[in-house]
Amino acid sequence: MLDSTPAGLLPDETPLLQTVGLTKRYGSFLANDAIDIDIWPQQIHALLGENGAGKSTLVKAIYGLIQPSEGEMRWQGEPMVLSGPSEARAHGIGMVFQHFSLFDNLTVAENVALGLDGKESFKDMSARLKEVSNVYGLPLEPRREVWQLSVGERQRIEIVRALMQNPKFLILDEPTAVLTPQEADQLFIVLNRLKSEGRAILYISHKLEEVKRLCDTATILRGGRKVATCNPKAETAASLARMMVGADIKEVKIAAGRRTTVPRLVVNDLSLAPDDAHGVRLQHISLELKGGEILGIAGVAGNGQDEFFAALSGERLAKDPGTVVIDGIAAGHLSITQRRKLGAAFVPEERLGHGTAPRMKLSENALLTGHAASGMVQHGFVNTAATLSTVDRATESFDVRKAKRDPEAASLSGGNLQKFIVGREILRNPTVLVVSQPTWGVDAGAAAVIRQALLDLAASGAAVLVTSQDLDELTEITDRIAVMFHGHLSEPLATAEASREKLGLLMGGSSLEQKEAADVSGG
Amino acid sequence: MELAEAIILSVLAASTPLLIAATGELVAERSGVLNLGVEGMMIVGAACGFGAAWLSGSIFVGALCGIAAGTLMSLIFAIMALGLAVNQVASGLALTIFGIGLSGLIGAGFVGERITSAPHLYIPGLTDLPVIGRIVFGEDAFVYFSLALIVGVWFFLYRTRSGLILRACGDNHVSAHALGYPVLRIRLFAVMFGGACAGLAGAYLPLAYTPFFIPGMTAGRGWIALALTVFASWRPGRLVIGAYLFGAVTILQLHAQGAGIGIPSQFMSSLPYLATVIVLVALSRARTGGSTAPAALGTVFVPDR
Repeated sequence: MLDSTPAGLLPDETPLLQTVGLTKRYGSFLANDAIDIDIWPQQIHALLGENGAGKSTLVKAIYGLIQPSEGEMRWQGEPMVLSGPSEARAHGIGMVFQHFSLFDNLTVAENVALGLDGKESFKDMSARLKEVSNVYGLPLEPRREVWQLSVGERQRIEIVRALMQNPKFLILDEPTAVLTPQEADQLFIVLNRLKSEGRAILYISHKLEEVKRLCDTATILRGGRKVATCNPKAETAASLARMMVGADIKEVKIAAGRRTTVPRLVVNDLSLAPDDAHGVRLQHISLELKGGEILGIAGVAGNGQDEFFAALSGERLAKDPGTVVIDGIAAGHLSITQRRKLGAAFVPEERLGHGTAPRMKLSENALLTGHAASGMVQHGFVNTAATLSTVDRATESFDVRKAKRDPEAASLSGGNLQKFIVGREILRNPTVLVVSQPTWGVDAGAAAVIRQALLDLAASGAAVLVTSQDLDELTEITDRIAVMFHGHLSEPLATAEASREKLGLLMGGSSLEQKEAADVSGG
Repeated sequence: MELAEAIILSVLAASTPLLIAATGELVAERSGVLNLGVEGMMIVGAACGFGAAWLSGSIFVGALCGIAAGTLMSLIFAIMALGLAVNQVASGLALTIFGIGLSGLIGAGFVGERITSAPHLYIPGLTDLPVIGRIVFGEDAFVYFSLALIVGVWFFLYRTRSGLILRACGDNHVSAHALGYPVLRIRLFAVMFGGACAGLAGAYLPLAYTPFFIPGMTAGRGWIALALTVFASWRPGRLVIGAYLFGAVTILQLHAQGAGIGIPSQFMSSLPYLATVIVLVALSRARTGGSTAPAALGTVFVPDR
């Protein structure tokens, strides 16, 4: 019954895979509560839900990584119990992980071999790898080591690895989160082709427009329960979001009559060599950001955004003080603390480990960035009342939900911690805020709160610089968008004129090449 | 010439326990486990190996008992570091301290006894060849075994699927688990292999290097083996070179003292560690990317079930 071609599927009366009352308990916590889901061949089935809704738990159970506490799975109508992923693969279930399950120090071919069951020789496998990657237009070089590859290439490895098992059913966990719009379009072509070959696909995504475009069915989870199964093409993004959140998401309101004032953050021809072998060289970056304005920086991860953030925040110093000017004062040579004293605030991308010290309390974390300018330290002693009141104010203003007054940073959920970090900085009334990936991995409700806070801050006259890979987010809140590619920053486009196509091209570096070509011919 | 031959022979003998112990630790570390208990496993292997050889009169039985003792010791470590997910550094240090005490207890009854050392190979004609004869064809079985062992480990790591899986566990245990590999079981086997090797390396000392047992006779060789693994940047080929280099330093230090060269012996004995530090610095400077050490080395893994 396990024929190797997906063409030999049963007639349409039986779903390819069914979960019946699937429940997974962790202690008293119900991660999945009696979930029924039917997966049909030749369909792309979306699985929607907020962080913590139980999507990952469900797919882990389907892939055999965890055992359900109750309920059962049926494969082509027959009960199926999986003791591990290799059994899932033997049935014909493939999985593309969100956080890639790749090994950085192994080669592409070795990575693929580890995802297969080792029945063919390494040489045959490598040859088949080339063949499969060519057939689906997913080019890969088998001998390269993974750490050398871009995020898009890494995802190709995952997909090719799954395809080499010739799966009847393929699970993709947020595959487009790290791709440019063009790369995502390429992926959709592959997925539609897989669908037309008769395979079933379970597609997990936050991007509702994408789901509407691509998927035939959608199952929506909330708080571990299934709340609906629907046809996403018949829904609107707003109605899907409402089902996910269980309430209307507050529309982000842009204050009318916001005026731009003086330049508050100016970058003049900033170039910076990378400090490690994996880094990106920043090349002649210039921008001017006025008070009251929000500038977005788009771009695929790893194009110099981290380096740019470090140069702005003072984690790395520029040789020439004039390259970074905060509120009229040359600050390129100043330390982080000195820049904070000038009125700048910084929110890095990584919440745990960069934005906060995970095992320290929120009040202590508030002190770590607030000590420079807000009276939390007196004569070298910590003013505990002041640090705690900062926590309380951030909790109140930004709706931070936590179990006790002053818990460890690591105990908060991603969304709540991010609200706390952004709140901590905004409460200092900065005149310049540099924030990287403000809503990455944050649930929709918290994301709305954070975006509103950024807009309000700009409305109060601060300059806000937002780096994000989420184009929808940038389009929603920014006034202008620039794109970072290979350490270059494009000219900012007015957000109203920045179409996805234009931005996508810039993110792929195409106009840059033309510009360079023009430079060469002109010079 | 005579002297050179004698020096080379003694270098080989001094290097062999380092090579065997480091080979075992290399496999354990490649799977992602840092076991600092090598010294402890070696010394228990030495005590048990000598005791068994003295009681049975057989070097082979002694070697087997050394292996068994080292393996048992590594199981204690595995229960702590893998089963109970205790910090690996702390568990390894505890194992060493425990092993040193335990070996004194086991070996107390055998101190002062002598056995006949492991015989050296003798092939008429070949062993009698000038210069290379005794060096190539006149060693004890441990020397040949240690070389076969490291070649075997190289083949296992780079030419077999199981070796690839073991390296994968050391590179990223979360991914290995997500792909369905039993990370903890693989690491258990790797740690046990490391223990077996350390036990054998320890047993080599009283069975072949000197014909008697004294407490504390490993004298820091376990630590040198650990340094050697790093020195070799976790590559079997470099491990062989490093083992003989470190062995040579040890012997040269003895000869230097004998010849009355005025370098303090403490400085000479610190050379292997100094060399390791220098290699580490050189490696991280020359690195173009990726990581030389197994990326998951020393991190605790708890699967979610």
